[in-house]
Amino acid sequence: MNSDLTRRTLLFAAACGTAALRVAPARALSDDEARSLIDAVVNDIHRVINSGMPIQAALKEFENIFVNYADVQAIARSALGPPARTASPRQIRAFTDAFSGYISRKYGKRFREFKGGAIEVTESRKRSRVHEVRAIARLKGRAPLTMSFVVSDRSGKTLFIDILIEGISLLKSERIEIGTLLDRQGGDVDRLVAALNGTG
Amino acid sequence: MRLNFPHLAVLAVATLALSACSAPPEDGAIHDPYESFNRVSHTFNKGTDRVLIRPLSQAYGTTVPDPVRRSLSHVAAHLDEPKSAVNHVLQGDVESAGHSVFRFLVNSTVGVAGLFDPAAASFGLERRQTGFGDTLTAWGAREGAYLELPLAGPSTERDFAGLIVDVATNPFSYLSSDVAVLNTASTIPAALNVRYEFSDTVDSVLHDSADSYAQLRLSYIQNRKFKLNQQDPDNAGHDPFEDLYDEIYEELYDEF
Repeated sequence: MNSDLTRRTLLFAAACGTAALRVAPARALSDDEARSLIDAVVNDIHRVINSGMPIQAALKEFENIFVNYADVQAIARSALGPPARTASPRQIRAFTDAFSGYISRKYGKRFREFKGGAIEVTESRKRSRVHEVRAIARLKGRAPLTMSFVVSDRSGKTLFIDILIEGISLLKSERIEIGTLLDRQGGDVDRLVAALNGTG
Repeated sequence: MRLNFPHLAVLAVATLALSACSAPPEDGAIHDPYESFNRVSHTFNKGTDRVLIRPLSQAYGTTVPDPVRRSLSHVAAHLDEPKSAVNHVLQGDVESAGHSVFRFLVNSTVGVAGLFDPAAASFGLERRQTGFGDTLTAWGAREGAYLELPLAGPSTERDFAGLIVDVATNPFSYLSSDVAVLNTASTIPAALNVRYEFSDTVDSVLHDSADSYAQLRLSYIQNRKFKLNQQDPDNAGHDPFEDLYDEIYEELYDEF
């Protein structure tokens, strides 16, 4: 493989991307690229759940996985909904940080159920403007669960933007959850951030 | 064929389901015109879970050994198998009907009256559960409005119609009332076992979310679509993923 050429192409694409913000990537995302992102995610999840590390350390690791492989900014914006348009950049940054910690704690705890199990990536296919990478989670003594990772490169990087377990979307659940929490805080993003930082 | 109560019930409910399910909203939101009734029902279900079902399932899960619980759940699944076979036929899926009949024969004999599941364990024939709600879907019935039923939990107009027919036409009620009673009774330990095994998941939706009604409704509708699509992946005429891969992912980048 001419990796030098690829690297130069990528650098060039990145430079173009910085120069003209939000331009579409030069080349469409392939099934294999989407799949290799999820292979990496799954490897990292296996490493954490089988390491036997204490729960607090594992939750920190899950947050790293989320930040490295997911488009946290886009997911957080979508979860916040219409208020994301009127919030200040400082509020958006604070919310995004609080949200990634909240998500990692909430779902990281659930990944404990995966201990002794394994996730196997099965297929990758394009669906309209996103890619769906399917996986089967085989947990001890349970019927296997179908997972789908939704992958997009529209941020300029190949990242996942949703996880569906048996058809249930994390993104959609969190849009409702965050919307309800924001209502409870009288629509105040700063108070929402404080509330999220206080969640287990 | 003599028209007795179950046949009339099937006809009545099927007609109702096909013609009278309320029309879905245009914007793809969940159709929930009965939300105020549903929320009362949800509060009741949540209270019942907290004071009765959750504690019972914890007691069941921690005192009864796993192999025994598994066997009791196998019995419930086994006695449910004829219903699946009949509905696979009604859906025109002969292969799955044969699959269910074969499972029933193997598990009745080698599986000691359904206590074990050698059909799945030795023959690789996993359970393909279906019911009249799925049959109505195959016949073109719309989902209708969302319902949260007291005790029975989340449903839709279509699935509620299916549930009534499933109960009224239970094949075992023709064979022997004892087997019919056993069929009904066996679902209780099976349900407690599900509540126990998925304790964290159910707790997180029911008791740890900010709006548990909205979370349960969203989870049910998405999971139901997912299961129907899985059953019939090459369903002609509609893209099984149109509902899962909707504009939510487009908006993620379009708005900014």
